[in-house]
Amino acid sequence: MSAYLISGGTLADNTQKDILIVDEVISEIATKVVSASAASAVVIDARDCIVLPGLVDLHTHLREPGREDSETVASGSRAAARGGFTAVSAMANTFPVADTAGVVEQVYRLGQATGLCDVFPIGAVTQGLLGKQLAELGAMASSAARVRVFSDDGNCVSDAMVMRRALEYVKQFSGVIAQHAQDPTLTVDAQMNEGVISSRLGLKGWPAVAEEAIIARDILLADHVQSRLHICHLTTAGGVEIVRWAKARGINVTAEVTPHHLLLTDDLATSYDPVFKVNPPLRTLKDVMALREGLADGTIDIVATDHAPHPTESKECEWQSAAFGMIGLESALSVVQQTMVDSSLMTWEQVVDRMSVAPARIGGYSNQGQGIRVGAAANITIVNSKKKWRVDKDLVASRSRNTPFHGMELPGVVICTMLRGKITFDGQMRAVNG
Amino acid sequence: MSIAMPAVDISRAITRISHEILERNGGSDSITLLGIPTRGAHLAKRIASQIAQIEGREVPVGTLDITLHRDDLRMRPPRGLAPTLIPTQGIEGRDVILIDDVFYSGRTIRAALDALGEIGRPRTVQLAVLVDRGHRELPIRADFVGKNLPTSRLQSVKVHLSELDGIDEVLLEEEAVISQ
Amino acid sequence: MKHLLSIEDLSYEEALSILDTAHEMARVSDGPVKKLPTLRGRTIVNLFLEDSTRTRISFEAAAKRLSADVINFAAKGSSVSKGESLKDTAQTLQAMGTDAVIIRHSASGSAHWLAHSPWMNGSVINAGDGTHEHPTQALLDAFTIRKHLCGGAGDLGGMNVGIVGDVLHSRVARSNVLLLSKLGANVVLIAPPTLLPVGVESWPATVSYDFNREIPKLDALMMLRVQQERMNDYFFPTSREYAQYFGLNRDRLTLLKQNSIIMHPGPMNRGLEITAECADSARSVIVEQVKNGVSVRMAVLYLLLAGSSEIASAVNAEVNA
Repeated sequence: MSAYLISGGTLADNTQKDILIVDEVISEIATKVVSASAASAVVIDARDCIVLPGLVDLHTHLREPGREDSETVASGSRAAARGGFTAVSAMANTFPVADTAGVVEQVYRLGQATGLCDVFPIGAVTQGLLGKQLAELGAMASSAARVRVFSDDGNCVSDAMVMRRALEYVKQFSGVIAQHAQDPTLTVDAQMNEGVISSRLGLKGWPAVAEEAIIARDILLADHVQSRLHICHLTTAGGVEIVRWAKARGINVTAEVTPHHLLLTDDLATSYDPVFKVNPPLRTLKDVMALREGLADGTIDIVATDHAPHPTESKECEWQSAAFGMIGLESALSVVQQTMVDSSLMTWEQVVDRMSVAPARIGGYSNQGQGIRVGAAANITIVNSKKKWRVDKDLVASRSRNTPFHGMELPGVVICTMLRGKITFDGQMRAVNG
Repeated sequence: MSIAMPAVDISRAITRISHEILERNGGSDSITLLGIPTRGAHLAKRIASQIAQIEGREVPVGTLDITLHRDDLRMRPPRGLAPTLIPTQGIEGRDVILIDDVFYSGRTIRAALDALGEIGRPRTVQLAVLVDRGHRELPIRADFVGKNLPTSRLQSVKVHLSELDGIDEVLLEEEAVISQ
Repeated sequence: MKHLLSIEDLSYEEALSILDTAHEMARVSDGPVKKLPTLRGRTIVNLFLEDSTRTRISFEAAAKRLSADVINFAAKGSSVSKGESLKDTAQTLQAMGTDAVIIRHSASGSAHWLAHSPWMNGSVINAGDGTHEHPTQALLDAFTIRKHLCGGAGDLGGMNVGIVGDVLHSRVARSNVLLLSKLGANVVLIAPPTLLPVGVESWPATVSYDFNREIPKLDALMMLRVQQERMNDYFFPTSREYAQYFGLNRDRLTLLKQNSIIMHPGPMNRGLEITAECADSARSVIVEQVKNGVSVRMAVLYLLLAGSSEIASAVNAEVNA
């Protein structure tokens, strides 16, 4: 038997409770734990800390197989644990593409072998992400990886008929299509948000309408075929409006926002530093404010990182030649605290919903997102929300360094992460291991 | 700080130099005056009007900016260029009198000779200066000197002319010590 | 001033000082000996990763008139065309002891990127980066307008300048809008809406779709090159229709004021944005623009490179201590 006693921490509902964990589950929550096992438990001092259920990321690029130079399942899992995540969802745009049962099972097993967080593979919607022929969605769903989320992320499923069929097909196993909303014909060679800044910088624009048009179309399709749609990385005020409208009509749509879109704006491109190049692009302050509001009022269901590692050489070049993407697992919670909690837009209970409960529900991850309650799996993140830390790209657990937050001081230091009663990240070790 | 030349001395020197120039060149027929900006250009105008008074007719006067020919460009922040205005007769076959305020290392005049060479081939080039403070670094000498002023390298010579500074005077200053 | 990356970075005073310096440089170009010793011993690299013979030659002439050593580094046949990164190129140039790099590149921001990279210490001059800026072209255009219409001195206060054509893809237009407006001119952009960027309303210029209405007001008319291939990207229906609405032809020439000038950054598509008789008319200063380009680039090289050496920095540091 292994036992931990998390002592003196504050729960998301702002009550101070001790939590006793025995083996893989939470066995007691009380102001003063009485159970006999507490006597032999290892005590974790959580004074000044908030105790959250383990975070769940619905959008992660782990790059394995194929691009192990930028990330592996193991290094990505380490980054996840460090950021307070107990589950991540591995996007399908690997080499080979995760469009068969074989690839998703491989990724799933690599995750299990690493053991630092649950790795749920996302299956491709179409073969090779090419948007033409449906991938073997059923085979992936019934594989050991039990895939329920399908996405061509990186590419948009732009053909309306292919999208319709995918939405219909996944209904048989309660799957969901996670759409990367980007009309490809409106975004050929697009480099950044289309607007005042792009007009000055001479970088080809990625207009908001290219995202919003697909969101609107897919919402109508999902309604028509009565299926479940998830919108990846929403970035525009208009997109928020459309999703709000759809939800008011009772359409089964969910949406995510990334931490970077909650904090950063397109004027960062004036540095021509490709670390700020991302797809979909950073938008304007007006969009950022609408995204925060949408996340707070529940129009946007979850925060997802879109953690996208790239090797140095893909970012140490002209903007136009650089790869799209930012890493974000290790800074996600801090960015959410700064933009949503410290600004009083959201409570910690809402953070728990947006970063743990809701993503697990959308992904169908039944052993995750259960909250802090007796009998639940002991997936726990302890964060000192009063402390600040400085992001340093050279000190990340990820194999890649493309963080747009380098040099920023952010609130909220993850002290400890626990997956089913096993410590996967110990903040004290951070000092030792650097 | 001391006054090395008051206004009356400057005026006297200009008159004398004007006479010497005419004497040396047997009149004003062949001469062209070229002042080196900034203060040399004003001195050239004053000498030209002196000569005009003496001779009863105008002599060609212009300016020659030597900035682009300096050999110390690497060591100084770039400076703005002053206009080079060559009188319409040009300098071909003329007796060109270069005019500058302070004659020091000789490098300015070397640059001026280079700059002249690109414009044409004068018959002779002569040099008139208001103050010669010594410390030549090149084998160059002045033909007409307003005042020989012995100085140390730590001192600086400032020429003020009424056209620019509201007063005519030459000052000798102890250079501020650079290091603390 | 260490680099010349964009007009946006340039103050009004700096812009004027470049034009004034260019005015003196023009005198050298007109003299019998077209060479000055000013930049003797300096090494300047023409890093042209996108074809542009005219701009490269203009910079080369400017550098040579100031006695700098010029190394031409063109994309074709170089290691860059074999996939070498700009970082490696920069390190190579740095290792060779380059004082300045003149860069032409198809990627917007490449000059900025090179100047701010830790691998280059020398000056960087933007000779056109993607669809971003082409600052020396704007400077030579301003110089040309000033010479013809403003007595060759001061700024361009009150001048009405029309820029016509593919503003969207034009680095020349971007730089000119910024510079001409900075110098007091009123700039009007004349183009079909498809060839104007989203966000153009934030530019210091007005927009018009009606060429005929604008022509009589203009002191200077700047025609932009229209790439034939834009037609295939739905920017306009046919080149005939484009020429009809936005091309400069004999009829429009008659609408132009008496002393107004016609400009074009070149190379021209005769018959598309400008007819031969307009390009070759007495109003056209297109050939003179080329000549002024050399003077302006001499001025830029002089202002960036004279006194830029380590000795100068050391002397300045000592003086400021």
